[in-house]
Amino acid sequence: MSDKKPISSVNDFVVRFANVNGSGSASANEMFARAILRHGVPVSPRNIFPSNIQGLPTWYEVRVTEDGHLGARGGVDMMVAMNPQTWDKDVAGIEPGGYLFYDSTKPMPSTKFRDDITVIGVPLTAITNSTYTDPRQRQLFKNIIYLGALSALLDMDPKLIEQLIGEQYKGKEKLLSSNVHALHLGRDWALQNLKCPTGLRVKKSDKVGDRIFIEGNSAAALGAVYGGATVCAWYPITPSSSVAEAFTAHCKKYRHDPETGKAKYAIVQGEDELASIGIVIGASWNGARAFTATSGPGISLMTEFIGLSYFAEIPAVIMNIQRAGPSTGMPTRTQQCDIIACAYASHGDTKHVLLFPEDPAEAFEFAAAAFDLAERLQTTIFLMLDLDIGMNHRLCRPLKWDDSKQYDRGKVMTAEMLEEGRDFGRYLDVDGDGIPYRTYPGTHPTKGSYFTRGTSRDRYARYSEEGSVYADNMQRLMRKFETAQDLVPRPLQANAERPTKYGVIYFGSTTPAMDEAIGLLETRGHQLDRLRIRAFPFHSSVASFLAEHDFVYVVEQNRDSQLRQLIVNENGIDPVRLVPIVHYDGSPITARFIAKAIGDHQDHLKVTPLRKAVS
Amino acid sequence: MTYIAKPKFHHPGLKKNELGYTHRDYEGKISTLCAGCGHDSITASIIEACYELSIEPHRVAKISGIGCSSKTPDYFLGNSHGFNSVHGRMPSVLTGANLANRDLIYLGVSGDGDSASIGFGQFAHSIRRGVNMTYIVENNGVYGLTKGQFSATADRGSKSKKGVTNTDNAIDLVAIALQLGATFVARSFSGDKTQLVPLIAAAIGHKGASFIDVISPCIAFNNHAGSTKSFDYVREHNDAVNRLDVLVGRDPIAVDYAPGTVQMVEQHDGSRIALRKIDADYDPHDRLGAQTFLQKHAAKGQIVTGLLYVDPDAEDLHEHLNTVETPLNTLEADTLCPGSAMLDKFNASLR
Repeated sequence: MSDKKPISSVNDFVVRFANVNGSGSASANEMFARAILRHGVPVSPRNIFPSNIQGLPTWYEVRVTEDGHLGARGGVDMMVAMNPQTWDKDVAGIEPGGYLFYDSTKPMPSTKFRDDITVIGVPLTAITNSTYTDPRQRQLFKNIIYLGALSALLDMDPKLIEQLIGEQYKGKEKLLSSNVHALHLGRDWALQNLKCPTGLRVKKSDKVGDRIFIEGNSAAALGAVYGGATVCAWYPITPSSSVAEAFTAHCKKYRHDPETGKAKYAIVQGEDELASIGIVIGASWNGARAFTATSGPGISLMTEFIGLSYFAEIPAVIMNIQRAGPSTGMPTRTQQCDIIACAYASHGDTKHVLLFPEDPAEAFEFAAAAFDLAERLQTTIFLMLDLDIGMNHRLCRPLKWDDSKQYDRGKVMTAEMLEEGRDFGRYLDVDGDGIPYRTYPGTHPTKGSYFTRGTSRDRYARYSEEGSVYADNMQRLMRKFETAQDLVPRPLQANAERPTKYGVIYFGSTTPAMDEAIGLLETRGHQLDRLRIRAFPFHSSVASFLAEHDFVYVVEQNRDSQLRQLIVNENGIDPVRLVPIVHYDGSPITARFIAKAIGDHQDHLKVTPLRKAVS
Repeated sequence: MTYIAKPKFHHPGLKKNELGYTHRDYEGKISTLCAGCGHDSITASIIEACYELSIEPHRVAKISGIGCSSKTPDYFLGNSHGFNSVHGRMPSVLTGANLANRDLIYLGVSGDGDSASIGFGQFAHSIRRGVNMTYIVENNGVYGLTKGQFSATADRGSKSKKGVTNTDNAIDLVAIALQLGATFVARSFSGDKTQLVPLIAAAIGHKGASFIDVISPCIAFNNHAGSTKSFDYVREHNDAVNRLDVLVGRDPIAVDYAPGTVQMVEQHDGSRIALRKIDADYDPHDRLGAQTFLQKHAAKGQIVTGLLYVDPDAEDLHEHLNTVETPLNTLEADTLCPGSAMLDKFNASLR
């Protein structure tokens, strides 16, 4: 072993589990993360998984962070290397001074290790084989045994893990006691044979508070339940399938009539994304709140209908859980790469409303709000999540709901209003906000019916190919989009302590990494004002922010700096003043990456000009 | 087509149906299709069927895709909401609309390009889901609006107006609908109103996926010698399996009660279909038999028309999904939102 000192850290380190997909490791690993939370210490776990069901490598990373930095950190302090396929890469990824935990049943040549890390071998296979005979049990309990060993190595309280096992196997006594037994097999072996604890330790704290631990997809699905969605049509696609699955589960719990047992919702798994959005459009046209959940390839397929929704003015909510594109891209890796595709989806002149939640709590709020916005604006609303928020458990503030809230069903002309003799023109701008009234099918025997079409028509929905009539309608649609600016969630600004000429714009899942990066940049002496964009169309405060700063960094997770393009395009500003900071390898963006990219640019800006230096 | 607007006044003595509506109340705008188009005859049959059934016109939602056929919902039921949606996507839009409000009558109008080519998948899946609808394909074997290209229902060997012979095999939507589990399957001919009107009426009365393939010659591009969808060809090759009348709580005056040739079918809404059998062996409750019958006649070059299959006890998508009786589009926050107390519990379960 080299003289590199082992890393010593309390409540601030990264543990990465390297497993084989389908080996049952996921629940043990998740239990590890939850157990640390029960110590009152925040964690930020991430699944890095293949597009595969069994056999390919999968990783689970837990960032233990007393300071509450929930973005990915980068680097690994302890590797739990359970997958021979990825051994070399896994060992190479450990920080100098870090720890390697492995199954030492089979001897490994010394060349397979590094001399600047601490190697911890536990004969997991030997322990399981001597205890269990059933192969499936051997596999599953091996995971719990390493969890037990880790609890000793990281100085965790075993009572808290036992408590979690108790909750998970409530009412299944046999499973409960056998899991607790396996936990102690590993823990006792480590305590008797290894130096416990290591330099990495978990110490009880009180930094979790009342926060909850939830996946963004589940929170967004619950937002749809609270927001009054009654129709959901979807087609399976990673990483969005769990939205529809969670919606199904939430509806089973909350949406059945207690007396009749009947469902106050309808969920259809479509034959493809075209059918899914078609069902949503049909249901919304008929006055129900409807949504679909999909990802990039699904958006591509839906674009014709999205254009119809824009032009015929039919509400729709699309949750886009973004993954790395283009084409099939990297289906199980994260990106924010559909900004342009969604903002201008479909042929012809179109613009669409996008919402950018930062975490599950905001995904819940924005999902519910999306239905009000869709009906108010009579158009498609995109809820732009990504795999990082959608499919990982994230610590966030508790979900909140105001019981006095009524749904905003938008401008709907009723039979009574028609009876009163109100002038009904389906595409007539009566209030000057670009938003016309609509009627639901079946409203009145003789008044208020109209023919919905994707072809051009006049203010009274009569087919027309007149240029002036077409242009009049297109201008009204622009007015409506301007109205949207003040209805969507506004950007949030946070200024640096000292006045600065530099700003940074970011959105969505980049938020925790950005917040952390601000601290890192401050220690390097860089002050930045921050603006977190939460929706498109951009509120006027975005233009003000750009005007107030010489340079604004736009941090995002795609190659082409898509949000920056959108800002430049929509605000007509000089692109030179918007500096792209892009991360797009499919892994979640880290504070280290942002701080380095912005810091280097800042250092460059601050270099004293040569002429000045020599004069 | 004519460009003269349809006058609003009508003869004061115009006959009224049970609800007091006249024939004119079921009409729509003036057709912009070619004079003599088979589709306009289908439009007339839809109007006739709705009048006969005494349907409240505004309780019908008429939904279509794109093409000549899909333009027709503008020409009937002027007081109904219509939706001329996206090419080949009528079935999904209709499915969504039906989920939102189960109380309306859903009439899907499509063409052979719309349903057998671009929308073949949606046609199939809406049928297999059992959406409660009347799905009418106005089938002329040709793309009319883009001037005469073959569609997927054009028979192999048939000639286009330009003299090109179709070498692709034809899709028989009736055979597919039977295979996919449609619970009401019929074929008719736009020129045979006597057969078509009661078929449409019976399909509307049927709860479940009703499918009617209506051969409708395109007088502009598919009514020449060598076409198998022309008026002359269909008249010569038509083999009606049965004739029917729909009886809605009225005396069955029109029905021929000759023993052994009439079969009554009672539908869920109380209406009855009287089938006057032309082919004595034909049993409209036998799906397998219907498929065989269809194939046998197709092999002989015959186009079978009439009611080929009906399941009077069919279930629809709402029954499969166990949805509430109240239309989903009328539910508000008080019944849909679980509220803050429930959310507190949910939060507590995630700590």
